[in-house]
Amino acid sequence: MLIRHGRGQTVATGQAKRRRPDPRKDCTVFESFDATLLARIQFAFTVSFHIIFPAFSIGLASFLAVLEALWLWKKDQVYMDLFNFWKTIFAVAFGMGVVSGIVMSYQFGTNWSVFSDKAGPIIGPLMGYEVLTAFFLEAGFLGVMLFGLHRVGPKLHFLATFMVAFGTLISATWILAVNSWMQTPAGFGMNEAGQFIPLDWWKVVFNPSFPYRLVHMVLAAYLTTAFVVGAVGAWHLLKNTAPRRSRTMFSMAMWMATIVAPIQIMAGDFHGLNTLEHQPVKVMAMEGHFDSHPNGAPLILFGIPNTAEKRIDYAIEIPKFSSLILKHDLNAPLAGLDTIPDNLEPPVAVVFSSFRVMVGIGFAMLGIGLWSLWCRFRGTLDSADWLHRAAVLMGPAGFVAVLAGWITTEVGRQPYTIYGQLLTADSISPVAAPAVAASLIAFIVVYFFVFGSGTFYILRLMKRLPRDPMPDLDDGPIRTSGIMPGPATGHTHGSTHHGH
Amino acid sequence: MAIDLPFIWAAIIAFAVLAYVILDGFDLGIGILFPFFPEKRDRDVMMNSVAPVWDGNETWLVLGGGGLMAVFPLAYSVILSALYAPIIAMVLGLVFRGVAFEYRWRTKRGEFLWNWAFAGGSTVAAFTQGVALGALVQGIPVANRAYAGAWWDWLTPFSIATGFAVLVGYALLGSTWLVMKTTGELAEKARRIALRTCFVTIAAMGIISLWTPFLRPQYLERWFSWPTAVFSIIVPALVLGCFALLLRGIRSKRDAQPFLAALGLFVLGFAGIGISFYPYMVPPSVTIWDAAAPDSSLAFLLWGAAFLVPIILIYSGYAYWVFRGKMDPEEGYH
Repeated sequence: MLIRHGRGQTVATGQAKRRRPDPRKDCTVFESFDATLLARIQFAFTVSFHIIFPAFSIGLASFLAVLEALWLWKKDQVYMDLFNFWKTIFAVAFGMGVVSGIVMSYQFGTNWSVFSDKAGPIIGPLMGYEVLTAFFLEAGFLGVMLFGLHRVGPKLHFLATFMVAFGTLISATWILAVNSWMQTPAGFGMNEAGQFIPLDWWKVVFNPSFPYRLVHMVLAAYLTTAFVVGAVGAWHLLKNTAPRRSRTMFSMAMWMATIVAPIQIMAGDFHGLNTLEHQPVKVMAMEGHFDSHPNGAPLILFGIPNTAEKRIDYAIEIPKFSSLILKHDLNAPLAGLDTIPDNLEPPVAVVFSSFRVMVGIGFAMLGIGLWSLWCRFRGTLDSADWLHRAAVLMGPAGFVAVLAGWITTEVGRQPYTIYGQLLTADSISPVAAPAVAASLIAFIVVYFFVFGSGTFYILRLMKRLPRDPMPDLDDGPIRTSGIMPGPATGHTHGSTHHGH
Repeated sequence: MAIDLPFIWAAIIAFAVLAYVILDGFDLGIGILFPFFPEKRDRDVMMNSVAPVWDGNETWLVLGGGGLMAVFPLAYSVILSALYAPIIAMVLGLVFRGVAFEYRWRTKRGEFLWNWAFAGGSTVAAFTQGVALGALVQGIPVANRAYAGAWWDWLTPFSIATGFAVLVGYALLGSTWLVMKTTGELAEKARRIALRTCFVTIAAMGIISLWTPFLRPQYLERWFSWPTAVFSIIVPALVLGCFALLLRGIRSKRDAQPFLAALGLFVLGFAGIGISFYPYMVPPSVTIWDAAAPDSSLAFLLWGAAFLVPIILIYSGYAYWVFRGKMDPEEGYH
C-alpha cells in the first residue's frame, strides 16, 4: 500500500475504501495506519538508529588506527593516551552498532518477507559477503584490540586495530553495494517465481550509483567522526584540561574538516549528477521542481513545500542556477514533477527539506574547516575560544547530516523498494498491522532506553580527561584478567593499557 | 549441474547455526546464570571470561540469518514471518545483553540495571531461540511462497518445552565454561550448577526426542523404520556417552572435559534435528531445493564461503587462544 504525503490524496485511502479482506490491514484498530506504513516507520526508525553508530565507528576505527600508527612511529605517549581515551568510547559505540545491526538483519525477514524472497538471491549474497569479510574480521580482532595489547605486543596489536578499521570499510562497501543496487538496479533478470536473479555480479555490485554513494558515505563517516573528536577536543580546550592531548585531537580533527569537507561537497555534487541521470524524479523532489522549466530552472535555496498546491511557498531562489549546477548550462531545460504520474512521486516535502538540512550542514562544516585553517595560520588554533565554541556546537552535526542524507535518498526512492522494479507496497510481509504496531512500540521504548543510556555513557566518557579514569569508576572491564602480565597498577587505574 | 549447490549450502548454514548455538550458547548461559551469582566480584569475572569473544560468537547468528536470506530466501522469509513475535523478542533480548557488556562498567549507580539487562536479555534470547526451534520442528504451513498460518501458531506446549530445554542447555554450557575458565569458590559453585543442569538437560533431551516423532509421521518414519532407525540407536548411545564424560569430568576435576562433553551433547541434539528434518528446510513442505536461490547466487557466495570460513575459523580460534587459560579472580576484582 502506498502512502504519500501530499496533495491530500493518497493511494492508501483509495485501497482502504475497497475493504478487501487482507491480513495486512486492521482498520478497526489502526484506522489510518496500515501494516505497510507501520513497517516503513519501523524500518526507518531502526535503521536511523543503526546508521548513527556505523557512521561514527567507521571514522573512529580509522582514527584509532592512525593514532596507534603515530604512536608506534613517533613514540609519543600523547597518541597512546588519545588511543586509550577514544578506545573505550569506540567500544560502547561499536557494541550499540552490533546489536542494532542484528535487529536489521532479521527485520528484512520479519517485516519485508516478500522483498526478501524476491530480492534475496541478489542482495542476500552481498550481505553474506559483508558478514564473511567484514563482521567476522571486526569481531575477531576487536577483542584483541580492546583488551589484548599486553598479551600480543604492540605490532600485533596494531594489526588488530588496523583489521578492525579495515573491516568497517569493507562492511560499508558491501552494504552500500546492496543499497545502491536497490536504488539503481543492474545486472539482473527475473525467474518464473518472480525473484530477481543475478546475471552479472560485476554489474550488480558496480551498479551505476555505487561508487558515488560509497565515497559519499565513507567521507560522511570521516567528517562525522572528525566533528565529534573536534568537539571533544574543543570542549577540553575551553575547560583548559589536559591541554596537550586536547590540542592534538582538536588539531587533527580540524585538519580532517579542512581537507575532507570540500572534497565531500564535490563528491556530493557528483553523486547528485549521477542521481539526475538514473533517478531524475528524486532530483526533482530534492530541488522542489514541481513544474518543468524549458529554459533554465531556478535553484531554490529555501522555501516551504506546499504539496497540495504543488508549489514551493516563500521560495528564495536563484534563477537558472539549478540548470547550471545540474546541466552546466544556464538555459538547459529541466523536467519537473508535472511530467510524473502522482502515484510514482516520492513525498516531496520530506525529500526537499532533508536535502537542505544535509547541504546546509555540509557548508557549515566547510566554514569551520576554513575558519580553523585561518586560525592555524595565525597561530591561534589553541586559543580561539569562539572557534572552539562553534566546534562544540557542531559536534553532533555529522549525525544530523548523515540522517538527513539517508532520508533524502531513501524517501526519494519511494514508492519503490527496488527502484523502478518493486513497489514498497508489494514488498511487505503478510503480517497484521497490530503485530507490526506492537513490535514498533517495543522497538521505540527499548531503543530510547538502551541507546539513550549509551549516549549518556559516551558523553560521560568524553567528559573525562584524556587518559585519566573517571572518579570512582572503572575505565573499563579488565576482561583480560588472568595470565596477562599487566602492570601491577593496571587494575587500580581501570585501564589495562598504559602504553610504554 | 554435477554439484548439488543447495545441499552444500544447507550443510554450511547448518554449520553456521550449530557454531552459533554452541558459541553464543555458553555466553548466553553466563547471562542466564547471573542471578545465581549475586556477588559483584563473581559477576565481574563471569562477564570478563566471555567479553573478548561474545561479539564474534554472535556474528554466527548474523551469518545464519544473512546466509539464509542469500541462499534460501524463501525459507528466510517464511520462517521469520511465521515466528514474528519470538524473533522480535529474541533480537530485543540480544540488544539488552549486548549493550550490558559495555554499559555495566560505565556506571555504579545503574549497574544493577545492566545486570538485569544482561541476565534478562540472555534468558529471553535463549528461551525464544528454543521456542523458534520448536515451532520450526512442528512445521510451518506455506502457500504461494508465503507463510500461510495464523499469528500465534508458534505457541504450543511443544515449543514452550523446547524453549525451556534450550534455556537449560545454555545454562549447562555456561556453567561448564565457568568450570573451565575460573578457579576457587566460583568454579566450585559452577561445578554444582553444572551437575544439576546436566541432569535436567538430559531429561529435557529425552522428553523432546520422544515427543518429536509423534508430531509428524515423517519424523516417526525416520526414527522407527529401517534403515534410518539405526540413528535411534547411535544418537542416544552417543548422548549417554557424552553424559558420562560430563559427569566424570565434573567429579574428577578435569576442567575442560565437562565443557567439551556439553558441546558434544549440543552437537548430537543438533544432528538429531537434522536427521528428522532432512530433506526439508521448512517442514512439512519446503525442501532444501525448493527454498534455494538460483545456482548463480549459490555459486557466487560459495566461492567466498569456501575461502573465508576456514580463515574466519583460524583467526577466531586465534582470538580464543590469546585469551586462553584460567581467569585470575584477584585481577578481575577491582
